[in-house]
Parts: sequence; C-alpha cells; structure tokens
Amino acid sequence: MSNLTDITPLRWLMRNPIWGFVLLVFIFFSLMSEHFFDYRNFQNILVQTSTIGLIALGMTLVMINGNIDLSVGATLALAAAFAVDVQSWAMFATWGNWQILPAVSLALLVGILMGAINGFIVWKTGVDAFIVTLGAMLGIRGLVFVYTGESSFYAMNFAYSDFSALSVGPFPVLALIFLACTLIVHLVLSRTVHGRNTYAVGGNREAAVNAGIRVGPHMMVNFMIIGFLAALSGVLLSTQMGAATPNLGRDYELWVITAVVLGGTKLTGGKGDIIGTLGGVLAIGILRNGMNLMQVPAFYVYVILGSILIAVLFLDKRFNRTANGGLRL
Amino acid sequence: MLLNRLKAGGPAIAKQGILVAFILFMIVFSLMSDRFLTADNIMSVFRQSAIIGVMAVGVTIVVIGGNLDLSVGSMLSFATVLVVDLHDKIGPELAIPIMVLATLCLGAINGFLIGILRLNSLIVTLGMLSAIQGLVLIYSGGQNVDIVDQRGTWFAIFGRGSVLGIAAPILIFGLMAIIFHVIMSTMPFGRKVYAVGGNPTASVFSGIPRSRVVFTTYLISALCVAVAAIILGSRVMGSQNNVGQGYELQVLAAVILGGTSLLGGAGSILKTVLGVLMLAFIQNGLILMGQPYYTQWLVTWVVIIVAVWLDVAAKRGRLFSPIA
Repeated sequence: MSNLTDITPLRWLMRNPIWGFVLLVFIFFSLMSEHFFDYRNFQNILVQTSTIGLIALGMTLVMINGNIDLSVGATLALAAAFAVDVQSWAMFATWGNWQILPAVSLALLVGILMGAINGFIVWKTGVDAFIVTLGAMLGIRGLVFVYTGESSFYAMNFAYSDFSALSVGPFPVLALIFLACTLIVHLVLSRTVHGRNTYAVGGNREAAVNAGIRVGPHMMVNFMIIGFLAALSGVLLSTQMGAATPNLGRDYELWVITAVVLGGTKLTGGKGDIIGTLGGVLAIGILRNGMNLMQVPAFYVYVILGSILIAVLFLDKRFNRTANGGLRL
Repeated sequence: MLLNRLKAGGPAIAKQGILVAFILFMIVFSLMSDRFLTADNIMSVFRQSAIIGVMAVGVTIVVIGGNLDLSVGSMLSFATVLVVDLHDKIGPELAIPIMVLATLCLGAINGFLIGILRLNSLIVTLGMLSAIQGLVLIYSGGQNVDIVDQRGTWFAIFGRGSVLGIAAPILIFGLMAIIFHVIMSTMPFGRKVYAVGGNPTASVFSGIPRSRVVFTTYLISALCVAVAAIILGSRVMGSQNNVGQGYELQVLAAVILGGTSLLGGAGSILKTVLGVLMLAFIQNGLILMGQPYYTQWLVTWVVIIVAVWLDVAAKRGRLFSPIA
C-alpha cells in the first residue's frame, strides 16, 4: 500500500514533467531569494500570471483541436479599449458605478465576436487557422489603432481601477477569477461532450467527421471561447493599469503559445490538458517573478525562456519518438 | 459562381490570382488618387518595401522548404543594432562582415535545430525570436544605438545612396530577388528545396540530403536578414533595440500573399516580390486617400484571407470547405 502511494505521485510527475520543472524552479528561487517564499509574493505571481494564463486556457482548447490562434494579443487590446472607453460614453454618464457593467459586457462580447469571425472563416473557407489568425492579428490590431485614434484611454471611474486591488479573504480577486476559469475549462475539457469532441477533432479530423461530430461549428465554439478569455484577460489587465493602450498585449500570443507548449500540448492536435497548461503558465510566471526578485535584468528572461522552449521540444522528441509529427498547416 | 468562373477562366488565370489582384488594386488606387501613379510615388513605395522585401526573399525559400521562420524580426533587430554599434567602434569595413557572420551563426542555430535535429520549425523559431530579442537587449544594455558621424561615412550609400537615379535599397532588393529567383528556378539547389518541401520522405529516397538543404535555407534566410539590416542601419543611421519587432509577421503575410504554400513545395520568389509590393502599395494608396495609417492592416487582413481562400478553393474545386 505504501508502495503505491510512493509511486503514484512520481508517475504523475513523469506524465506531467512541467510540474517537476515548476517544483524545481520553486525550490530554487525559495533558496536563492529571501523575498520569494512569501505569501504576498505568491499572490503576486498568481495575479501576474492570470493575464497570460486566461488566454492559455483557451489556447489549449484551440491547439488540441489542431488549430492555433495568433490574434489573441490584438483581441485583448481591443477588449481593453472597449472596456475603458464605453464607461465614458455619454449615455451611461448618469449610471454611476453601473456604467462598468455595459462596458465590460460589450468588451467581452467583442472578444467573442472576434473569435467567432476567426472560427467562421476557418470553418467555411478551410484556410488554415495559422493564416486566418495571422491576418486577424494584423487586422484586429489595426482596428484597435483606428478605434483608439492611436492614443490611450484612461479609466475615470475609480471603482474600475480599484477592482484589481480587491481580495476575497486572503485571495486577490484576479487570482480567484483565473483559478475559477481554470477549473471550469478543465471540467469542460475532461468531463463534457464538447471536451471529448475537442480531442476527437484534433486527433483525427476525418474520423471525427465520420463519427458525426460537426467539426466546423465545434471549432468555431472553441475560437469563441478563446476570444472570450482573451477579452476577459484584457478587461482584467486594464483594471490593473487603469488604462488601455493600443499596444497592449503585443507579443502575448508568443508567451501564451510558449506556456501551452511547455505544458505538453501538441501543435499537431489531439493531445494536451489544462493541468499541463497551468504548469506551463506557472513555470513562466515563477521564472519571471523569481529572476526579477534576484535582480536579473529582464533581458535574460527572454533568452532563458526561448532556450527552455527549444529544450522542451528537444527532450519531448527524444522521449516520445512515436508521437512525432510535423506542423499541421 | 465565382468558382465556375475560376474554372472556366482556366487554371492560368487562377494561378495568376495575385497578379490580377495586384493590377486591380493599382487601377483602383490610381483612380482614387492622382498622386498615386507618379514616378516619384512608385519609387518611394519601392524604396520603403525594400527591407521587408529582402527578408521575404529568404523566408520564401524557408517556406518552400516546408518550414517557417518567425525569428527574422528579432534577427533584424540583432543585426541592425550590431552593425550600427560596431560601426563607430571598429569602422564599417569590419562591422559589416562581423555582423553578417554573427547573423549567419544565428541562422545556423535555426538550421541545426530544424534541419539536423528535425524539431518543429514553428516552435524553434518562436523560441529563437524570444532568445534573440533577449540577446539584443543584453548586448545593448537596453539602450538604443546610433552612428555619430552620419555625413562622413560611406556606410550611408546602402540606405541613402542611388545609382542612375534609382535608390540603392531598390537595387539591392532587386538584385537579391533576381539572384535567388535564378537559384530557385534553374539551379539544382532550388529543385532540391522544392523537392524537400513537397515531399520530405520521397526526397530522402531520391538521395537528396534533406537535412543539409533545410540547414542551407535557414542560412539564406539569415543572410537576407543581414542584408536588410545593412539597408535599415544605413538609412536610419541608428537603431532601436526592438526595431524588427513584428516584421516576421508582415514578412510572412507578404509571402503568403505571394501564393507560397505554408505546406511547402510550392511558391516563387517573384510572386513574393509581388506580394511585398502589393502590401506596400495598399499602405501607400490608403495613406494617399487620407485614411488613417492603420487602416492598411485592416485591408491586409481581408486581402490575405481572400487571396489564400481563392487559392485553396481553386485547388479543391469547391468554394466552401467540405467540413460540416
């Protein structure tokens, strides 16, 4: 009996090597920096990772589907711009703090709409998601610049910019939202028909079609989910900054894809899970936070992250030769 | 309807879709603005597109070989910062070869990881994008660099000089495009790149050294970046340390617009040049029409998707995807 309990966590780690890595960097920074192992710092890490983490949840679904979404950074910026700008529209002037409600709703709707556009194009045209979302990345970013007139919006309502500082008991609200979304997406992916279908479509699209799954609408739903999560992430980020800049979220797609790939999700589709993605997100978060506390210049984080990404790919290839496959484009 | 017409019009016109679209855009823009179709304006569009164009030549070859290169943007930052910084320290005659060598080394790392170790090119070059950006920042200490004596250096000819009234960047772009077009369409190496991209397994069985070919495509891509960096550094006489950020996607957009398949095995340098010019003319035309600068990105979005859609539709013989 004791034998089993000894082995199970080990086996679990073997299957989720990223959590071993998370553990490793966690211990490393706890020993190396006196400020790291501190409850307030853990709160910080969770809040800092929530931005990329939320999008990574959606990206996991899309990538298990065998697609990819490069437009998330731009969607984030568009949603943030809407969330901050709509509050100051004249028609909501007398709404007091309630003006936040239509603003945030509209921002989230815009995110879903952007995802729906991407998904619909992928579904109907059969053009690869990489190209569709690459175009959308430029296009939506252009939309942001045109909409904002190339300037930043500032939130005038303090209830909005104070939101990010709220906490429920010992937990910051932003971290709670992130963890709640993680749990929901995890349950959707592992316990629902939609989750099953996500794996089926990514594993073998042909077979999924033959099994009666409506692949097109299914993929569109996943694009809408990632659009929603990117928008949510944009709203939360703008509450942290109390502003929305047109350049918000630039390069986020790269960080998100890095986190998801670190978490073991395959670009070829059909494989991956939320637990791994959470590990990938935390690994990046802890690395950035820890190196910051050790006063390593931020520049080195880029080099280290890039190297880790390539190293993970290399190790993955060594140990999973059968799972090897090219990029599906 | 459209597809029937596409079929009826024969594959010849379908294959030249980019050319047709290009001519359409040119006609529309010349009708909308009387300054559009002037020699001055066309020359300035050519000059502005030279940097992205030179990079796109290299990326086209990588993509024809069946891979992607997202690291060219960071690599451009790296090369430009290096050549500008070294210019004042050791002089241009040493700075240029050292920069070219250093950039080729980065290309060799890409080539080694993707060609020899056969790792996924999207992820590897994504990692390199991040790593090289970090290297640039470490090297420059986060500072921007510039050349102090901007008038007295012959380094200026690459970006600011001209021969017979044609600006040097245009000449360099044209030269690179022609050289690599000849290599890709007439030389054995070009044939091998198409073969490797079209069917890697078959190419290995035909005795083509797949690893070496892929490796070389990344070297060529790095070389093109180095040339682009010389033009950029010479034109600006200075460099921000993230100057190339986002270039990889614009370059890729031009390559895709040129009809090069991301699956590999198909594409052409000359069509990429058309793609580059088309994006540049869209940008220029919209500005001349008084639209905000970033409207071009919206138009690019539509143009890319429609272009690839028609391409895909013509190949499968149906306008809409058969998936339910």
